[in-house]
Amino acid sequence: MPSMLLISVIIIATCGLVYELIAGTAASYLLGDSVTQFSTVIGSYLFAMGIGSWLTKYIHRNLLGYFIRVEILVGAVGGCSAIVLFMLFEHVTSFRLVLYFIVGVIGVLVGIEIPLLLRILRDRFEFRDLVSRVLAFDYLGALFASVLFPLVLVPYLGLVKSSFMFGMLNVGVAIWLLYAVKEHVHALHVHKAVAIVTLIALTFGFIYSEKLMTIAENGIYSNVIFAESTPYQRIVITKTQKDLRLFLNGNLQFSSVDEYRYHEALVHPSMAALKDPKDILIIGGGDGLALREILKYPSVDHVTMVDLDPAMTLLFSKNELLTSLNNDSLLSPKLTIINKDAFVWLRDVSRQDKHPVFDAVFVDVPDPSNYSIGKMYSTTFFGQLKSVITDHSIVTVQSTSPLIARKTFWCVNNTMESVGFKTYPFHVYVPSFGEWGFVMASLGNYDMPDHFVDGLKFLNPESAKLMFSFPPDMSKVQTKIQRLDDQALVRYFDQEWGEYLVY
Amino acid sequence: MKVSRRSFLGMGAALATALGFGRFLPAAAEQPAVTGKILGASAKIGHQLRGGTFPAISSTIQKDVVIVGGGIAGLGAGYRLKKAGHTNFALLELEHQAGGNASSGRNATSAYPWGAHYVPLLTDESRAPKKLFEELGIIKGHDDKGLPIYDEYFLCSDPHERLFIEGRWQDGMVPNLGLTEDDKRQYSAFFALTDSFKNKRGRDGKKIFAIPVDKSSQDPDWLKYDTLSMKDWMDAQGYTSKPLRWYVDYCCRDDYGSSFDQTSAWAGMHYFAARTGTAANAAPGGLVTWPEGNGFLAHRLMEPIKDNIIPSTLAFRVKQDGARVNVDYLDQKTSEAKRISAKSVIVATPQFIAARLLDDKAIPANDFSYAPWVVANVTLSKLPAGKGVDLAWDNMIYDSKLLGYVVATHQNTEMVPLRTVLTYYWPLNHAEPKAARAEALARSYEDWRDIFLKELYAVHPEVEGHVENLDVWIWGHAMVRPTPGFIWGAARRKAMAQKPPIFRAHSDLSGISIFEEAYTRGVDAAERTLKYHKIPYETEL
Repeated sequence: MPSMLLISVIIIATCGLVYELIAGTAASYLLGDSVTQFSTVIGSYLFAMGIGSWLTKYIHRNLLGYFIRVEILVGAVGGCSAIVLFMLFEHVTSFRLVLYFIVGVIGVLVGIEIPLLLRILRDRFEFRDLVSRVLAFDYLGALFASVLFPLVLVPYLGLVKSSFMFGMLNVGVAIWLLYAVKEHVHALHVHKAVAIVTLIALTFGFIYSEKLMTIAENGIYSNVIFAESTPYQRIVITKTQKDLRLFLNGNLQFSSVDEYRYHEALVHPSMAALKDPKDILIIGGGDGLALREILKYPSVDHVTMVDLDPAMTLLFSKNELLTSLNNDSLLSPKLTIINKDAFVWLRDVSRQDKHPVFDAVFVDVPDPSNYSIGKMYSTTFFGQLKSVITDHSIVTVQSTSPLIARKTFWCVNNTMESVGFKTYPFHVYVPSFGEWGFVMASLGNYDMPDHFVDGLKFLNPESAKLMFSFPPDMSKVQTKIQRLDDQALVRYFDQEWGEYLVY
Repeated sequence: MKVSRRSFLGMGAALATALGFGRFLPAAAEQPAVTGKILGASAKIGHQLRGGTFPAISSTIQKDVVIVGGGIAGLGAGYRLKKAGHTNFALLELEHQAGGNASSGRNATSAYPWGAHYVPLLTDESRAPKKLFEELGIIKGHDDKGLPIYDEYFLCSDPHERLFIEGRWQDGMVPNLGLTEDDKRQYSAFFALTDSFKNKRGRDGKKIFAIPVDKSSQDPDWLKYDTLSMKDWMDAQGYTSKPLRWYVDYCCRDDYGSSFDQTSAWAGMHYFAARTGTAANAAPGGLVTWPEGNGFLAHRLMEPIKDNIIPSTLAFRVKQDGARVNVDYLDQKTSEAKRISAKSVIVATPQFIAARLLDDKAIPANDFSYAPWVVANVTLSKLPAGKGVDLAWDNMIYDSKLLGYVVATHQNTEMVPLRTVLTYYWPLNHAEPKAARAEALARSYEDWRDIFLKELYAVHPEVEGHVENLDVWIWGHAMVRPTPGFIWGAARRKAMAQKPPIFRAHSDLSGISIFEEAYTRGVDAAERTLKYHKIPYETEL
């Protein structure tokens, strides 16, 4: 019996420290500034332990029963701590209050453990032996935890699973004592039942932690009104008051508050400059917002949209919130939607003897953040594009931020130039994105239009003119060329956005 | 109770087990069955050559030329004859489809290689392969500086290589994790040295390391490295860095199927220094590849000569008969022995087969040793991921017996492929070739499957439940090994001797099993044949 209790010292010490580390790490993840988070979490945790130790003087009898109850409680609270922190992050006004409350509760309970244990074991050891052993095992457990945490727990299990697992261990100690100890514990069966129910709950938490995490992550997007994982991407739509936002794989695609700036800039500089544009190609753009702008030109006969993901085009042609944003553009009889990979489609089409030729092309695909999307910005892709346009056609490519990712932006420009396009780059300020860039390109010359269609909120000849001027901090730089066999663009993007986004 | 040190450690272990156990809880779901089978060069049929008896000849036909063997050398020879308008020839192939080491397969997901799977940018000396690449449109033209412009769909897409080390994927194949200052110093010294070899010429003015091999300098100061092993050379040079030695050993296994202590130092250096090809639109060190690997080239070579190829035939005797040569073969479909009487013959088989066909005791077959390989193609309904850099074309595993895997769908321009085929390569250099070969042939499909799945899941637990099919190909004699002394030794020189009307063509004669060598040997034998038949031609060599 005494030896069992000593072993449980190691387990509870490990658990105690693991909870502290989990809270510190979760706080660092969510709030940033790890030095502050760890200092304050450790400080308040130790202080709460002090309170716990002090409280033990009010426990007079039934020490073992209290110890078992404390174990179950620590297991339950500590075990759920990580998932609770993640889940509550977006939903509470003061996350710090929740954080320190949880840390405080665990601290108090853990603080009770050792003094209580010392008293339980008081009669079984000589005092000298007792203190030396219990404290030695306590510190040993702490070492074990601090090594285990960064090397095994975080990399292999993650915070949520780790916290559930250590909760299970804490409760396990309680159950072990309940079954092993022959001493008098009041309401033994009630204790057993509570402990086992808690253990089961924690086990479920452990097994379904990934599902729980998805729910918690959704919280980070604030009010998720739609979420779907397709084979190609994760589509999430959020809504707060007037702002509707689309996220693909966690990256913001538009905010309804300012998307007009982006889409007017994408579409009108080319469309207004063309004489009676008839056949239009949109690559990507499954949200139908660029299409909404294109359909403002009565000369347009036919629009071909090649967007990989049928879930996107379906969603934006059915959901009322979204169709009111894109004016039901995806239901236009002028539109043909092709849910295929754009590169594969383009290559197949350009090989056909009689293939369509487009007056305007809009490439509105996500930023070149990985090698897969990078292909759509390559010499090969732009070269293929040349085979479906005329000398007068205009191609416009969304090209990330020239301010944050200057080399990335100019790499798109320079790549298009390298395959024989004349380029006309421009940029626009979109509050939810920042300073944003587009590369317009043609095999012929481009003249800026002197008037635009009515009803635009942002573009007029004056604002359009400003877009083509690049101040020194965004002006043209020499870059490598984006080729399939050497994706310089993706590396520029990674480097430039990596420096900008400090996690 | 006193808790002893041992029981404390035991507790730690119990805890660790509990932790480890936890990881596998959610993965315990039912696994769908993995289908597959063993394929491979018809070892049983081929082994009949070892003193087997054959039925009497039932029929004889006449041809100008017979090519025995449908690997790249044989196909190259046939392709060259056809181009010269010399079309009255037959090509005898043991398997039901020609291709040799450039064999490939195809399923609903993708085409995939069974052997060789890329060609580096061609060197200036690779004249015949260059001509072929221009004819096939792999080289589309030349820029103002005369540099070849390669078809961008064939140039290996970015990212090219990644290495699984310490639980994550790093960019590139040279280990760069946890290097000491000394490692870094040795790396830069080693790569500076091997780079300097690229431009070096011997006293005869030729490149010291050329592709094809026989265009290399004969300067004895450099040829002498052939008698050393790559490991001995590294020891002598003071290259003690563990990651550097792993990398060099990996390269030897990858290219020659033999570890660096079994590989000639000349051949080892050749790997690092001979690939000097350039392109207008690719970085030095670039390469071309296809979903089906060099199967693409084999098929393109086969197309114009498909009517000349007689598959599923076991040639068992090539014998001069007056001015003509008789080629006797077993038709595997009818089990009849047949004869083709030809004016000349190109024996485009490995040396160990040629020695038996020609019954030529002068060529010591035992001096040629062959590395056995096992290749597995794994069809997945999910792309592998992994911590670190993105999935690359060639995905290597540090400190593994296996080389790693190549992704068949890598050259697809598709943005999000949902399915793929991985080709795992494993040179069986853990034992002497003969023992390793016997062990490989004795192993059951189920054993092979489980071995490969274990390797796959160890690195990619996320694809568990997504493996649909796993086929295995056992190459008993995959490639000739450039063991110390072999490339510039007597056996190879003797085997190279051409004895009209019988000509030899095979990369075995080069000692290095690569496309450029095999194809050049094929073209060479074809041109010798044309000369022998007094047909005018313009040499491509």
